[in-house]
Amino acid sequence: MCNGTCTSDTDNIYQPHLARIVRRLPQIKDHRLFQLRLEDSEIRQNFSYRPGQFVELSIIGTGEAPISISSSPTRSGVIELCVRRIGRMTEALFRLPLNSLVGVRGPYGNGFPLEQMRGNNLLIVAGGLGMAPLRSLLWYALDNRSLFKEVILMFGAKVAEEMLFKYELLTLLDRTDMRCLLTVDKDEEGTWPAQVGVVTKLFDLFEVDPKITYAAVCGPPIMYKFVSKKLLEKKFSKDRILMSLERKMKCGVGKCGHCMIGYKYTCIDGPIFTYWDAINLPEMI
Amino acid sequence: MQIVKLPKQNLDKFIKSLSKFGQIYAPIKKDANTSLFSKIEDSSQIDLGYNRTLLPPKKYLLPPIDSMFRFSAEAGYEEVEHGVDEKSILFGVHSCDIHGLRILDLVFSGRYVDNHYFTGRKNTSIIGLSCIPDDMCFCRSMGTDFVENGFDLFLSDIDQSYLVRIATSLGDDMVRASQSLFKEVGKEEIEKHKKKSNEMQKHFKTDIELYNLPEIMDLEYESKTWEEIGEKCLSCGSCSMVCPTCYCYDVFDELSLDGKTGERKTRWDSCLFEDYALVAGGTNFRSERSARVKNRYFHKHRGFVAQYGKPSCVGCGRCIQSCPAKINVVEVITKIRSDAYV
Ligand SMILES: Cc1cc2nc3c(=O)[nH]c(=O)nc-3n(C[C@H](O)[C@H](O)[C@H](O)COP(=O)(O)OP(=O)(O)OC[C@H]3O[C@@H](n4cnc5c(N)ncnc54)[C@H](O)[C@@H]3O)c2cc1C
Ligand code: SF4
Ligand code: SF4
Ligand code: FES
Repeated sequence: MCNGTCTSDTDNIYQPHLARIVRRLPQIKDHRLFQLRLEDSEIRQNFSYRPGQFVELSIIGTGEAPISISSSPTRSGVIELCVRRIGRMTEALFRLPLNSLVGVRGPYGNGFPLEQMRGNNLLIVAGGLGMAPLRSLLWYALDNRSLFKEVILMFGAKVAEEMLFKYELLTLLDRTDMRCLLTVDKDEEGTWPAQVGVVTKLFDLFEVDPKITYAAVCGPPIMYKFVSKKLLEKKFSKDRILMSLERKMKCGVGKCGHCMIGYKYTCIDGPIFTYWDAINLPEMI
Repeated sequence: MQIVKLPKQNLDKFIKSLSKFGQIYAPIKKDANTSLFSKIEDSSQIDLGYNRTLLPPKKYLLPPIDSMFRFSAEAGYEEVEHGVDEKSILFGVHSCDIHGLRILDLVFSGRYVDNHYFTGRKNTSIIGLSCIPDDMCFCRSMGTDFVENGFDLFLSDIDQSYLVRIATSLGDDMVRASQSLFKEVGKEEIEKHKKKSNEMQKHFKTDIELYNLPEIMDLEYESKTWEEIGEKCLSCGSCSMVCPTCYCYDVFDELSLDGKTGERKTRWDSCLFEDYALVAGGTNFRSERSARVKNRYFHKHRGFVAQYGKPSCVGCGRCIQSCPAKINVVEVITKIRSDAYV
């Protein structure tokens, strides 16, 4: 598998490769982290990706859906996917026993423009399942810590029980080489060790020079509106705000038409777009 | 390009000789008002006087339902044999439809090449045919009323004969295989052909103005016209099904009765269908009919131009003919243009 750039005359670009579910880690309600290991050793070794890319995940006999890669390319061997149970394919995935075979093709999409982002501050703003692709970027940055100046993570949930990757992220609170701002809207028992209050409040807790910072944003559609507003107030230029967008997808390779926004295919031109793209393309946000 | 002449009385013999090169598909008359591309068993079925077929020849290269691969619980995913060596000939394809196939070629090539589509394409030879436009044709406006490549042979009607342009070595083989049926072309026939082409121009009753259209589409993005058309549209999707350049497809898994094996398949889809942009959880990125109609026009005349350098409409008039709500692309574009200039 080679990012699609080396498809030969006989390759079927739609045909998935077999992968085995080697671990299943429960997350919050209806969300699970799946560790997959590609069966074919050559394909496994050649599987390289960048944060922000996704795979098309198939359950034999049920269907296929795009899922962000949640692990970092700095940790090879397995691919981690964090999946929410919401429809046919995802429901079937949750019912599969450990060691089942599934299908994977990809990686697809543009991913984050790492070459451009290097040497800058990195501000990661996540909401809900938006943490899935951003977790890949986060660990990429932490594993290559010298590539970035400051690293700041902002992530919020309604209550502690609804925070994805909670235990993993809480361990980051102690790190001195980054700022981890984790907020819950409500903390009735008073046991939450980090911030309490809505995510927007976190913006008052730090100062960064917007000229040397990239913001990476992913979350539910309404989040883009208020986060971009905050970032613009902080004088971020529109092409330093990167957002991962979601659209219906079928093929993942720019053929089936479903993910079209204006005149871009989310699957190959995205899913990472700048805020500038987003306000310039009709129907984007 | 080499040009020869085929007297009309030799046409039938020529068609018969072509069966050596593959299965022939050509237009037939289904009833007084309907023509279809169909598999030809007997050359007398062919009707070359047709205007436009119900479905364009894309139905052979991008079948309405098609297999992507098979799967089974044990073996995982495996390739289906698609009848790779089956050669076929599309006979009597009009210029606009040849352009339509070339637009599909753009979509299915690029960074990710759909080899299944191109295997079909390589195994299909194309014999074009000149035509006389009716009042729904606006290929002249789209620059698709003539075609310079994308065919093996192209037959232009010059009354008693066809002028035959030979574009590929396969086309040359086809002509050589029945050399005696063909004659040399003289000055007289060339003149006749030029005259015929000019006459064809007189038949056009419909034009759209493409000049600056992508920009106008941007300017008129919020136009009320889209809502008016949205009110009329029934979301039936016919316009996409009949369009030679519409390529959207849905994907589904079909299980066999044993529940263990099956096939993943594609099926024609339409961006006019209500669930086209509907995602799990209930968000619909284009829930309004007007948004879907606008998307169709925007994609063809703005988006595709930005992406591939030309619009994805060849002016065949099929969507005009098949729309039950009488939505007419020529009127829509004209209206949008006038919106921009009031
Ligand atoms: C770039 C990208 C990254 C994503 N990353 C993740 C992730 O990391 N974790 C996660 O849980 N979900 C992710 N999603 C959403 C995920 O694709 C949908 O939840 C999933 O398709 C639902 O499939 P289903 O068969 O269970 O639901 P159904 O409603 O049965 O969906 C049927 C089909 O429609 C399409 N579809 C439905 N919803 C969506 C959607 N939201 N986005 C795209 N296609 C859709 C898929 O092809 C799907 O197979 C991502 C979506 C995109 C576009
Ligand atoms: S949009 Fe209508 S006129 Fe244009 S190519 Fe498609 S069917 Fe023909
Ligand atoms: S054919 Fe007409 S009514 Fe049907 S979807 Fe197309 S525009 Fe709407
Ligand atoms: S998912 Fe098919 S074109 Fe993007």
